Amino acid sequence: MFHRESGLLKVTYEADMALYPLPIARWTVAVIAVLAFLVVPLLLGDYYLSILNLISVAIVGAIGLNILVGYTGQVSIGHGAFMSVGAYTAANLAVRLGAPFWVSLPLGGLMAAAIGAIVGIPSLRIKGLYLAIATLAGQLIIEWTINHVTWISGGVQASIEVPRPTLFGMRISTQREMYFFLLVFVVLAIVGAMNLVRSRVGRAFIAIRDQDIAAEIIGVNIFRYKLLAFAVSSFYAGVTGVLYTYYLGIANYEQFQITTSIDYLAMIIIGGLGSVLGSILGAIFVTLLPILIRTTMETFGGFFFSTGAILNIVPNLRLIVFGLLIILFLVVEPEGLNRLWRNIRSYFRVWPFAY
Amino acid sequence: MFDWQFFVLLLSNGILIGLMYSLIALGFVLVYKATDAINFAQGEFVMIAGFVVAVAIAAYGAPLWLAVAVGLAGMIAFGFGLERVMLRKLIGRPVIAVVMATIGLAAVLRGFGPLVWGAGTKSLPLPIPEEPVVIGPLFIPPIQILGAVVSLLFLAAFGWFFLKSRRGIAMRAVADNQQVAMAMGIDVERYFGLAWAMTGIVSALSGIIWGNLLGVDVQLSLVGLKVFPVVILGGLDSIPGAIVGGLIVGVVENLAAGYIDPYVGGGTKDFAPYVLMIIALMVRPYGIFGKAIIERI
Repeated sequence: MFHRESGLLKVTYEADMALYPLPIARWTVAVIAVLAFLVVPLLLGDYYLSILNLISVAIVGAIGLNILVGYTGQVSIGHGAFMSVGAYTAANLAVRLGAPFWVSLPLGGLMAAAIGAIVGIPSLRIKGLYLAIATLAGQLIIEWTINHVTWISGGVQASIEVPRPTLFGMRISTQREMYFFLLVFVVLAIVGAMNLVRSRVGRAFIAIRDQDIAAEIIGVNIFRYKLLAFAVSSFYAGVTGVLYTYYLGIANYEQFQITTSIDYLAMIIIGGLGSVLGSILGAIFVTLLPILIRTTMETFGGFFFSTGAILNIVPNLRLIVFGLLIILFLVVEPEGLNRLWRNIRSYFRVWPFAY
Repeated sequence: MFDWQFFVLLLSNGILIGLMYSLIALGFVLVYKATDAINFAQGEFVMIAGFVVAVAIAAYGAPLWLAVAVGLAGMIAFGFGLERVMLRKLIGRPVIAVVMATIGLAAVLRGFGPLVWGAGTKSLPLPIPEEPVVIGPLFIPPIQILGAVVSLLFLAAFGWFFLKSRRGIAMRAVADNQQVAMAMGIDVERYFGLAWAMTGIVSALSGIIWGNLLGVDVQLSLVGLKVFPVVILGGLDSIPGAIVGGLIVGVVENLAAGYIDPYVGGGTKDFAPYVLMIIALMVRPYGIFGKAIIERI
């Protein structure tokens, strides 16, 4: 990640596709792992850990959405709803049957995958704009169904309280315990996605994105792989919903409305379409943005505005900055933060002899 | 016993509301027809126009004609400017780029309106009577009649524009094939701007009518969500399609709300049009009147 060989020296396809391009890469990953698992949770307080936890949840969802949008080229404005499917499935399992998280979490993901594949069926016939609108319809219909079927939503306020996850008899309740819990899934999500996209399946996804007709001609079964992309992506979304539900301790449809879908789309566009690292950067960026705006306004806004005005300004300012960033990245740097990162890296690759 | 009066009431209400949806959908169709761009911020256009007119009347005490003129001029300038600054740069990029850019724009507008003009609901008074007009069993609010009339007028005007006027024909040429249009001496970029300005006009009118009906605040932008069923049903690039789609959506949602709501506890209004739309997408994705050249996959 931070290191480069002094030129392109790869002679086999396997070497080009390897997860660790250089032996030193293993060390980088090991150092990052030690930092994430040992140093960070020991150093940071609860507040910062809670932010990291939100980022962890977002990373899982953003990687999932990127598999669909970035790698397979299918638009989805329905990921918020897929998350809610996972969330309510897990919440119902946990409350009604007393299922532990290692049962409810994969089942929530699988349920979301099934629903996602169903919503993805129109992608076999339509694409681009039409698909965007079809998934938007999926979002609204799922939202409405959860809201109106009390058997799913648990009645009052459409929210279900879930018990904290337990592992070997230990309840995971503090932010620090939650951090480790979520980090495991972040690692699984990253490793899963990186291996998926360099496998046969991932190459089929990319082929469909780049030229669907050509992909079909060279023997990629479009029907299967498009639905598979929807299913995998929705599985990630479902798991995200479950994780968020366990994190909050409550399943509530308000956390998974259309704005959530748009937030996640913004993450992968700002981060970079078709890149796992981009999903991570985007998730961090979009999660931190409202926190930064709020902190800044609370610290400095008092000099210019009254407290009541700030309450109005913060959410609206967030929307404006958020929208402007989406537009800015689309117009100026369509490949997102990931591209900026690559630019920096390739600059230093030949530094200090930059010509 | 089938209650005819109830049915006719729902039907007439649906038709009038449907025509008002058609007006919003017209804004979407105009842009799609000329520039192949998809505007996910149509509802926010309507909201911003409503804000401008309502604030001009309430805060600055402008007479109605002046407020409407300000709203129209503002939205035309906004349309031109937007095309110049944002959409021109996205020409030739994948569909998702334009979709996301307009979604981003929607977020900006939704934040901008309440930030500048306050979050409270503003009324947008029009000099028309409040009492419903009674025709036999029907009770029709005058604003709905006004909305339906304005819709039909503008749909006819734009229909004529595209069929007969020189500029309209040029715009169709641009929509048909940009390169050939360019070769024939048509200034393609100017017509892109013009299309967005026309959307601005339509949005301003929708904003005034819907703003009067619902009150002006952020929630007003939610009428934009009704645009998609309308245009998918009618065909994305068809003005008659916008009328027919609007009528279908208006009638279906009112009938659904009237007959299904009591059993499921409300909300059918927002739900039924989308179910209809999904069916339409599977059966006839290019809509009732749309051009049938959807790409085979």
